[in-house]
Amino acid sequence: MSLTADQASTPGGRTRVDRRQWTRLLAAASSGARGRLGLALTAVVVLAAALGPVLAPYSATQFVTTPFAKPSAQHLLGGDDIGRDVLSRLLAGGWVLLVMAVAATVIGLVLGTLAGVSAAYLRGRWDGIIMRTVDIILAFPTIVFALLLVSVVGPKLWLIVLAVGVSHAPQVARVMRAATLEISERDFVKAVELWGVRSWTVMRSEVLPNLSSPLMVELGLRLTYSIVIISGLSFLGFSQPPPAPNWGLMINENRLGLVANPWSVVVPALMIALLTIGTNTFTDAVGRLAIGVGRGSEETAVAGGLAGAVMMGELQQFPLDEGVIEDPEATESREPAVD
Amino acid sequence: MAQLALDGAAVSSRRWRDGHPILWLALSRTLFGVLTLLAVSVIVFAATTVLPGNAAKAILGQTATPARVRALQLQLNLDHSVWYRYWAWLTDTARGNFGISYAARIPAWQVVGPRLANSAVLVLLAGVIGTVIGVGLGALAAVRRGGRADDVLAIVSLGVTSLPEFVVGIGLVIVFATTFWHLLPAVSLVAPGSTAWQDPSVLVLPGATLVIVIVPYILRMTRAATIEALESDYLENARLKGLSPRRLLLVHALPNAIPPVVQVIGLNLLYLAGGIVVVETLFAFPGIGQGLVNAVDDRDVPVIQLTVLLLAAFYVFVNIVSDVVSLLASPRRRLPRS
Amino acid sequence: MTDAADPPVRLSVENLQVNLAGQDVDVVSEVSFSVAQGEVLGLVGESGSGKTTVAHAILGYARRGLAIVGGTVRLDGRDLLALPPAELRKARGASVAYVPQDPGSALNPVLRVGTQVREILAAHPGTVANVDARVREVLAEVSLEATPDMLRRYPHQLSGGQQQRVALATAFALRPSLLVLDEPTTGLDVTTQRRVLETVRDLCATYGVAGVYVSHDLAVVRELAQSVGVMYAGRMVEFGATDIIFRAPAHPYTARLLRAIPSVERSHVLEGIPGQPPRPGQRPAGCSFAARCPLVIDLCRQGPPPVVPVGQGGHLSRCVKAAEAILPPAAQAVVSAGRPAAAPDDGRGLVVRDLRASYGDTEVLHGLDFQMAGQSCLAIVGESGSGKTTLARCLVGMHPKWRGQITFGGQPLPPGVRARPPEARRAVQYVFQNPYTSLNPRKTVEQLVEQPLGYFFDLPRNESRERVVKVLDDVALSTAFLRRYPDQLSGGERQRVAIARALVVEPDLLICDEVTSALDVSVQAVVIELLRDLQVRRKLMLVFITHNLSLVRAIGDQVVVMSEGRVVEAGPTDDVLDRPRHEYTVRLVEDIPKIGAASGV
Repeated sequence: MSLTADQASTPGGRTRVDRRQWTRLLAAASSGARGRLGLALTAVVVLAAALGPVLAPYSATQFVTTPFAKPSAQHLLGGDDIGRDVLSRLLAGGWVLLVMAVAATVIGLVLGTLAGVSAAYLRGRWDGIIMRTVDIILAFPTIVFALLLVSVVGPKLWLIVLAVGVSHAPQVARVMRAATLEISERDFVKAVELWGVRSWTVMRSEVLPNLSSPLMVELGLRLTYSIVIISGLSFLGFSQPPPAPNWGLMINENRLGLVANPWSVVVPALMIALLTIGTNTFTDAVGRLAIGVGRGSEETAVAGGLAGAVMMGELQQFPLDEGVIEDPEATESREPAVD
Repeated sequence: MAQLALDGAAVSSRRWRDGHPILWLALSRTLFGVLTLLAVSVIVFAATTVLPGNAAKAILGQTATPARVRALQLQLNLDHSVWYRYWAWLTDTARGNFGISYAARIPAWQVVGPRLANSAVLVLLAGVIGTVIGVGLGALAAVRRGGRADDVLAIVSLGVTSLPEFVVGIGLVIVFATTFWHLLPAVSLVAPGSTAWQDPSVLVLPGATLVIVIVPYILRMTRAATIEALESDYLENARLKGLSPRRLLLVHALPNAIPPVVQVIGLNLLYLAGGIVVVETLFAFPGIGQGLVNAVDDRDVPVIQLTVLLLAAFYVFVNIVSDVVSLLASPRRRLPRS
Repeated sequence: MTDAADPPVRLSVENLQVNLAGQDVDVVSEVSFSVAQGEVLGLVGESGSGKTTVAHAILGYARRGLAIVGGTVRLDGRDLLALPPAELRKARGASVAYVPQDPGSALNPVLRVGTQVREILAAHPGTVANVDARVREVLAEVSLEATPDMLRRYPHQLSGGQQQRVALATAFALRPSLLVLDEPTTGLDVTTQRRVLETVRDLCATYGVAGVYVSHDLAVVRELAQSVGVMYAGRMVEFGATDIIFRAPAHPYTARLLRAIPSVERSHVLEGIPGQPPRPGQRPAGCSFAARCPLVIDLCRQGPPPVVPVGQGGHLSRCVKAAEAILPPAAQAVVSAGRPAAAPDDGRGLVVRDLRASYGDTEVLHGLDFQMAGQSCLAIVGESGSGKTTLARCLVGMHPKWRGQITFGGQPLPPGVRARPPEARRAVQYVFQNPYTSLNPRKTVEQLVEQPLGYFFDLPRNESRERVVKVLDDVALSTAFLRRYPDQLSGGERQRVAIARALVVEPDLLICDEVTSALDVSVQAVVIELLRDLQVRRKLMLVFITHNLSLVRAIGDQVVVMSEGRVVEAGPTDDVLDRPRHEYTVRLVEDIPKIGAASGV
């Protein structure tokens, strides 16, 4: 993985590896077509949601027209199921979703990274205990977990954010643990350990700086997923109660009038779709450039320059000593690799 | 002395483990699965019976007299300690006594059972069709990598995979049921008591939604795993032996792609278990997803508990099966070096 | 000189050119050579020379990202490059077969061994009457018994040597006219390698097969090949009979290369070649070697050098100076005289007594006993699985599970780095094998070399920097390197940075674990001479771990031979290698391919 990884992290060939890793990565991702598209879509929706309440022509809760009125000059998107202006509700209905999704993502990343990195750092028994505990959450599909908690306490927004955030933790933990382990095994980390440096210092100075790529990719993926889940919960009615404007809720409320005024359903759905496609596309662009953990980096190996590939073909194999005797310690502290 | 004996036992048990990898995997996973279910049961129980007072009132309604509330509390063991109640509940559940639905006043199992059957049909159908399409398209994209088809598939699957299921569902409804065509029912009007497969048209849109949602994941993983196999040393060597492209793909490349693809299929089945909640509600399909939503609305604790436990059991089962199948498909892990 | 006695030409390659797919950048160009029946051509070169690309092209194959754009490959008169795909597929395996480099990864892990041998026969229906009989026959030829049990095994259930023999058997199954072998003995231990080479030689002779043997190991090529083609930067710079090329090379690169190769038979100063070959896309209009050539003149840079015949026997060189008697093999300085006889044992050296180390429950070192005196180089040599890396790890404290005694400088060393006092940690330093993973890619050279100073000493900034500059100077890296990142450095440069990092804290004992195994021969020579020089100047104790006996001869004053976790033989290098006593050492010295009294016979 070594040579490919070093060369692969350079988009387009022999230019430099990311120094301040995350800024370079973002800049590189934003310069490609995929990245630009994702960024654009996301920005459009975020702006609409953020500025929406200010720009809305009518109040989001007043009855201003007939139910399911067709679009007209005064009501560009027509009326909803009880006669409110769809456009105004649309503009007002996004920012809560965004805030909740971001909050849930942050919670998930923090919990998951803590769990994954400490599991990798502590190794042995603690590794197993932490990961198994975190994995129990996987037994609950996210929506089910949220519903379970909601059934007790009621559809409180903070509860939903918490539930979604906690259910992100196992996946983030796995990715961060794998990345930490992989980096910790590299010789340059062992070299520093040989100087007798304390584990925590080693972690901080050698390992953590290399973790920003997988962390960024996970951030993007988790954000997309948070938006999906939270809007789904809104659709089911477990979020802001009516009459709050909320894209997911609007879709549900206006379903009956799908034939009469399809825009009342289509446009909120479109906003959600554009948002998730945007975040996911941008994350995909980042992922392709990052030093990936796992299979996503297959593209980066090719992107790293074909001249590099030629060199790879010519390189001698490194004869490895102790190839026959596998170090059982190395495998025991890892989860059984399933692939 | 005892230390030596323990060391000896550790060594021989590890030898047994290395010698019987499949059995060891099945046993350890089953054990872990049971522990997971226990942990899940604790969480479920804790989450749903936090406020005993409200539970009794919830069952009887606001107009209940204190005496009746008290009587019900006694009956439900609500005056005992949490641990006692948990144990009582756990043993009941293990024996198949899932309680009485608060909303329907009949055994919870009678409420959930038929819904489970419907959802099972839906999930299985979507799973099988989605797998076939996903693997097929993924292999195609791998073989034609870098080409037009591959690019198109990549873009489309990236887009589709970003969408929430209900958006996909709405899209399908708009296209096929209301606005453009009126081919299929937008809402699954299944008479209570009958099952989904007695009117298969009811399965189409929900099933299609689920299929669309999972195909991109399976496609991408199949593509990546197949490409890794196609670009491997052993495939290059096989090509230089003069083998036909078909043999290279089907005999050499794809079998190596099985373990990761099986894993992702398992993951997607689990994802479906969550996805049916929204999709069934959207299409009013009488499955356990919709049942769960109704139960939450009604605070119907026994039904909620049963549904979540069933889903957790499904999770454990799928995990065991996909791990075992993965292992069977990897001779390197299955057979130790002699 | 008549042609009647000469065997017929089987393979004739002319003007082969391979480019980066879709680009006008050549990877390999103007390659022409021929191989006669029953002969083996050694195709030698270092990383990036294009030798593997040429080997693939002979089968009409180009890796993903490459494309064969010109030239002909005539096998028995038929141009393989002009064949339609179906015909080319038929030719592969039947007319020309390939033996891969790493059999471990070249065999499909999910298919049984028997299947993989049989399928080459099944892919060419009609060529063999009885498939089963041929499978048995061909496996027997490589000394493998075709029992049902063996055939049902999966590749990971075979040893490295067995895997390679299966690959060989598969290649010979259809009795091809031409065999292309791509460094097939990499990763095998010396004795297995010897056996594989003998098998190849015998089979080629028996079936009159022509062979192209790609390798970076000139000693192997010397023993096996009748003719040699030397590749550099995508061109063949020299071609001719093996003897002549090794005795009187007619190209400056070949001559320098030969001087860089360590010999197991005598110790000599290794001369490396500074610089690096140009990568595809960066090759100059003139001779690609001009930037590094000691004989360069203006003419060399103006245009591609012509192919010049040298002497009579088909010896060709791509150099304007080929016609002159260039580079008479200089008298090689023999360094043996410089070895300290028996260094005084003042108790300050390294003493290892009854060292037992284990991984988990398995004991891998079974009571090692040896010692070394100060200011010398001890070479520890052994093959895969001998335990030499474990030993290195125990010495430096990376592997704490050992019992016994390790004493250094009169003080016992506790197992594990944590238990050692800072002084001990500073005094024993380690250089890793793989220069591509031993440097943090996010740090500059200056930061990397400065790091240990920060942990061991409390120095003001400018003094730190001074020490860093000085130690980089010692490893021949200028201050321009301070601000560079590892990915901007070559393998040799990276390894020198790693050495500098180890030396900056002024250790007394430096442990080098296979530090040149990942480097090309010409770069290896530079590093070895550097280490030798540093050892003397800094009065270091150097422990050099390797599997390569020739390097032992080059750099080791004393040698410890290890096998299967035990010390098999130990003593002054020249003694042990000239007069080996233990049968393992005897076999090792016998089996290693010899470059011969290459230059200056």
